[in-house]
Amino acid sequence: MPEIKLTSANFEEEALKSTTPVLVDFWAEWCGPCKAMGPIMEQLAQEMEGKAVKIAKCNVDENQDLAQKYEIMSIPAFKIFKNGQVIEEWVGAQTLDGLKSKLEKII
Amino acid sequence: MPEQYDLIIIGGGPAGLTAGIYASRRNLKTLILTKDIGGQASGASWVENYPGFDKVNGYELMQKFQKQAEKFACQFKYEEINKIEKTNNHFQVKTAHGNEYQSLAIILAFGKTPSNLDVPGEKEFTGKGVAYCATCDGPLFKNKIVAVVGGGNSALESADYLSKIAQKVFLIHRREEFRGEAILIERIKKNPNIDLKLNKTVAEIKGDKFVKSVVLEDVNTKAKEELKLDGIFIEIGYMVDASAIKDLVKINDKNEIIIDESCQTSLAGVLAAGDVTNIKFKQIVISAAEGAKAALTAYKYIQDIKGTKEAIFDWGKR
Repeated sequence: MPEIKLTSANFEEEALKSTTPVLVDFWAEWCGPCKAMGPIMEQLAQEMEGKAVKIAKCNVDENQDLAQKYEIMSIPAFKIFKNGQVIEEWVGAQTLDGLKSKLEKII
Repeated sequence: MPEQYDLIIIGGGPAGLTAGIYASRRNLKTLILTKDIGGQASGASWVENYPGFDKVNGYELMQKFQKQAEKFACQFKYEEINKIEKTNNHFQVKTAHGNEYQSLAIILAFGKTPSNLDVPGEKEFTGKGVAYCATCDGPLFKNKIVAVVGGGNSALESADYLSKIAQKVFLIHRREEFRGEAILIERIKKNPNIDLKLNKTVAEIKGDKFVKSVVLEDVNTKAKEELKLDGIFIEIGYMVDASAIKDLVKINDKNEIIIDESCQTSLAGVLAAGDVTNIKFKQIVISAAEGAKAALTAYKYIQDIKGTKEAIFDWGKR
């Protein structure tokens, strides 16, 4: 299962109305550390396959309305959405195991 | 039983990735344990001094290093280390999430991390106006008021870059003079959008949900002033976080690992390379070369342990 690409068009459907928690990685092309998270997010999505959680990415440059709405001021930024609410958030690059253990606590 | 390797490399920047290429090409079973790919180099928008590349994005260059290492069967795990211990002929690496790996030799190449200001409000507002990477977060402060703290090249470059995006940039420096390239200093001083705050330190970062202001203190008069702003970029250099290795190998007063000309540290079987060491210049090309040296030294060390008679180096047999 590849990561879900979130945009202004599908954010409500895929993230806010999701029946399972969604981890969203807010990123941009211009941000080196964000791009360094690319392979980590890919692997995370593979390892979380079949579990009750969605792994998603949201490009803040292409979706500035979402960046503004969720008050993104540093990227990469990670937020976990559950029942339409942000239940956890961090900024800065994360390790694969770090993300996994955070997700395992909530699923 | 922990997973066994010939060589474990800690860090996935220019030094670690190059060590991975060289070690894997020597058929060493090699693992790179790293937080990310590329380290500081990944944050560079453009690299214009890596030979063979006219102009390349830092992360793209680092991805090429990684792909090359993977091609020779180098393995990667994205973990942070907690502790390294020597047990008989092995090294035991424990990660922050409780995994354990064993190897015959270790290369420490985990580089440097951005220094903190260590003032009230800094931690609290990280990601809420306090930032450490102008190229990453600058575009999110379009038409806002921001400050850059620092006096070296990275602070000057950040201020220059942000002055094109933000409404106004304060450049806060604790001295009268900048350390940095003359051309850059001239450009900063002439820039009408950059307001210099010299001989000032940051005493406090204030805000509610987000940063709203910073309190500056004059280093001479101790007079305080408060600047209203939306973001503060901290660019006061980098430091080595030696917490995981300080009991393992000798470090200098800057926490840098002391190595000899073969990248050997004070403990046999532990090599170090790149920005984490006491090598003078911090450059991608230099770190890459140091990584290669460390891998070749590790290869020789492992051959000796395994009792393989003929060691082959990249410059031929010896």
